[in-house]
Amino acid sequence: MSLATPGVVSPRAMDDLDQLEAQSIFVLREAYRKLRPLSLLWSLGKDSNVMVWLARKAFMGRVPFPVMHVDTGKKFPEMYAFREEYTRKWNLDLMLGDCPPVEEIDPSLPPAARSAARKTAGLASLIEKHKLRGVIAGIRRDEQATRAKERVFSPRGAGHRWDVRNQPPEFWDQYATPYEDGMHIRVHPLLSWREIDIWRYIERENIPLVDLYFAKNGKRYRSLGDQDITSPIDSDASTLAEVIAELEASKTSERAGRAMDHESEDAFERLRVAGYL
Amino acid sequence: MTTNDLPPSLRAAATPIVIVGHVDHGKSTLIGRLLYDTDSLQDGKLAQIVESSRKRGLTVEWSFLLDSLQIERDQGVTVDSTRIPFHLGGREFVIVDAPGHRQFLRNMITGAADAEAAVLVVDALEGAQEQTRRHAMLLRLIGIRHVIVLLNKSDLLDFDQERIAQAETDVRALLGRLEITVEAFVPASARDGDNIASRSERAPWYTGPTLVEALAAVPAPASRLALDFRMPVQDVYRFDDVRYVAGRIDRGVIRAGDRIMIGVQGQQATVAEICRWHAPETPVAGAGESIALRLEPDLVPDRGDLLFPVSGAGEPPLKTARIRTRLFWLRSEPLRVGESFTLRLSTAEHDVTVASIDAVVDLDDLTLAPGEEVPPDGFAEVTLVAAHAILFDPFAPGYSDGRGVLVDRFQRIVGGAPLLGEAELPEGTHAIHPTASRVTALQRRALQGHEGAVFWLTGLPGSGKSTIARLVEKDLVASGVRASVLDGDTLRAGLCADLGFSPEDRRENIRRAAHVARILAESGQVVIVALVSPLAEDRALASQIVGEGFHEIHVDASLALCETRDPKGLYAAARAGRIPDFTGVSAPYDAPAAPRLRIDATGSPESAAEALGSFITTRIA
Repeated sequence: MSLATPGVVSPRAMDDLDQLEAQSIFVLREAYRKLRPLSLLWSLGKDSNVMVWLARKAFMGRVPFPVMHVDTGKKFPEMYAFREEYTRKWNLDLMLGDCPPVEEIDPSLPPAARSAARKTAGLASLIEKHKLRGVIAGIRRDEQATRAKERVFSPRGAGHRWDVRNQPPEFWDQYATPYEDGMHIRVHPLLSWREIDIWRYIERENIPLVDLYFAKNGKRYRSLGDQDITSPIDSDASTLAEVIAELEASKTSERAGRAMDHESEDAFERLRVAGYL
Repeated sequence: MTTNDLPPSLRAAATPIVIVGHVDHGKSTLIGRLLYDTDSLQDGKLAQIVESSRKRGLTVEWSFLLDSLQIERDQGVTVDSTRIPFHLGGREFVIVDAPGHRQFLRNMITGAADAEAAVLVVDALEGAQEQTRRHAMLLRLIGIRHVIVLLNKSDLLDFDQERIAQAETDVRALLGRLEITVEAFVPASARDGDNIASRSERAPWYTGPTLVEALAAVPAPASRLALDFRMPVQDVYRFDDVRYVAGRIDRGVIRAGDRIMIGVQGQQATVAEICRWHAPETPVAGAGESIALRLEPDLVPDRGDLLFPVSGAGEPPLKTARIRTRLFWLRSEPLRVGESFTLRLSTAEHDVTVASIDAVVDLDDLTLAPGEEVPPDGFAEVTLVAAHAILFDPFAPGYSDGRGVLVDRFQRIVGGAPLLGEAELPEGTHAIHPTASRVTALQRRALQGHEGAVFWLTGLPGSGKSTIARLVEKDLVASGVRASVLDGDTLRAGLCADLGFSPEDRRENIRRAAHVARILAESGQVVIVALVSPLAEDRALASQIVGEGFHEIHVDASLALCETRDPKGLYAAARAGRIPDFTGVSAPYDAPAAPRLRIDATGSPESAAEALGSFITTRIA
């Protein structure tokens, strides 16, 4: 089979985004085949929008499983409006999860981490309610050093704990799917993507976003958590192209605006072992 | 087409580089240094390192950058592999850090398996150690093609040309035995930065590349587009009345209109359409793309079926049930002959049994020796036998072909098994392999006072096989013998409920019964099988499956007598044409030519049972 045969169409050369996309589609199709019931965590942020988009790529324009939004009740109003609009436009089967009040959360955690841990508790009750075996989450290795240790298929034991010291081997696109009662698998289709890849893909595919990501009055959000624990960064990037240019010039960590990452050296790891994303 | 041939507007994917080596030979330090020297750190990171080092009363420790988990810092070892992007000129790399600690081999494989190149870090003073050999072996087994050796801590040899040359000779000799070509050998000090990004002033005699130069010379991934088309089916969807055959192309190119074969059955179809969502419409797709196909006719392949070009168009995949593999073993208990696993090969899953351990690697001197078992974290050449022939292309470094992975019955990955090719069938054996029970036949015999065996009762319907078997079973158990009965109707009610009475289904029925009987007999049971089993050739199959301890018994009664008895009314129904393929009426019965025992079944079942009972007793003593 020669590529140079005249008159025969050659396949399009794949660039880095094509390769990331193909790999993520493969992972989503594995999850859909192997893990039922399955659901996708839709935080309404840029990464999870990319993930919904990739699911539609994998399944010919539809998302054949429910998406979950774990609602802390503290998101920005723009995010709730976005949720309503795109649940309809993308024909999503949306499941909402509530979070317990902060008073019920481990008081030994620093304040912002304690607030974030509400989301973990909300997620846990959704997983139990729907007896989920697979939860698709949009974390990336480049976000945070602890996440860099993750697997694409990451088993969670009883109590949803992440056993970071005893993770299964994962190679050659083979994913472990051990199963005992009370376990589920976190699936991470975006693990190999970097922040800049996400933005370039959003630009290429024209994926809609909450406009909080774009600068107004010299400030924009680089990462969106709850209103009370996320702060905007100084920026004049008000378009996709400007955001991409800004990131290419910057070396600041994306989660610099997320308070719980910086409260103590091990706060984030403690959150993750307990089931935070 | 390689990445270098891409139009300038296309960005290449990052090149993954794995860093391996013995514990404390300086991998993490090297990575920290590399990131610092190439200015790849995020703004906050350097301050974090300085702060962490200060808190511990240390000068700057480059390795803190990677030891980002609290537990790792406490232990002082890197627990898991991690990936860090960095730039070199216009090219993007991803560094994979692999831990040196021995029991964490599986984490290393997780990181290293899709690397394009490896940096093997060797301590200049200590030279190659146990994990150096182990990691080098693994680089070979997972198929890393490009290996750079970094002789770290060369300052401890004062960057002395002669001593470094000696160290180089030793390491090259070791890797040569593993058929690994060293692309560059760099004397360096990661801590001080010598020959990492900048040339060392302490080794003016050295004219080779710095590490950064050596990395920049790593070739782009091999192209898979020019190879014959392969796509393992990942799933089949039906959305809005359209059937999609989904998968990722392993290699080659597929175009609308191409004729393809499907899996081991070899059904043929034409690619009617290559489907994507929200992508430019083009009737062609190449290696690496995740796509969906519409087939004409609208066949429904199974997950795992390999799609490949129809015969005549290129090389077909290999097809065999006996496979030679080169295995790396990740379970904490050793691997033994007779163990069964699921072999995952891309999206396919096959039941396999370890037929033989042909050679085990001795990690002290890297020689191959025969062995009974493969130790944890060990390497070996192993023959796997699948229940049915499977399709594959042999493993080749840099390609996705033949990447076998063994999974246990808890769905845990326990080993990697690159598939090398078809295994020769050893002389005088058939494709059945005993399980390696730790209880010997002798122990069982001592325990229960008799051996396990199979007594296979064949005869016309209505000859009394089941009745006789049940009577004998009762008598044997009463006298302390562990006996059980497998009878035709019971099997067909459950294990064989999916089978009919065609010659193929009868044969399958017998094959299953024989396997169950064998397992029971091996665990010490006396098994009485009561099956019409009309064909001599099918009973020969049963005899072959069971092996030693198989006794063919003919329960002999004439057709006329059986038809007169007709306890279930079956003969009448068959004569009336309501039961097709009924043995003796509309299907043949081959009476055994030389059974071990012929029971005259014209008399009472009790006297027949007595005859059989005494025969069995003499055979199991």
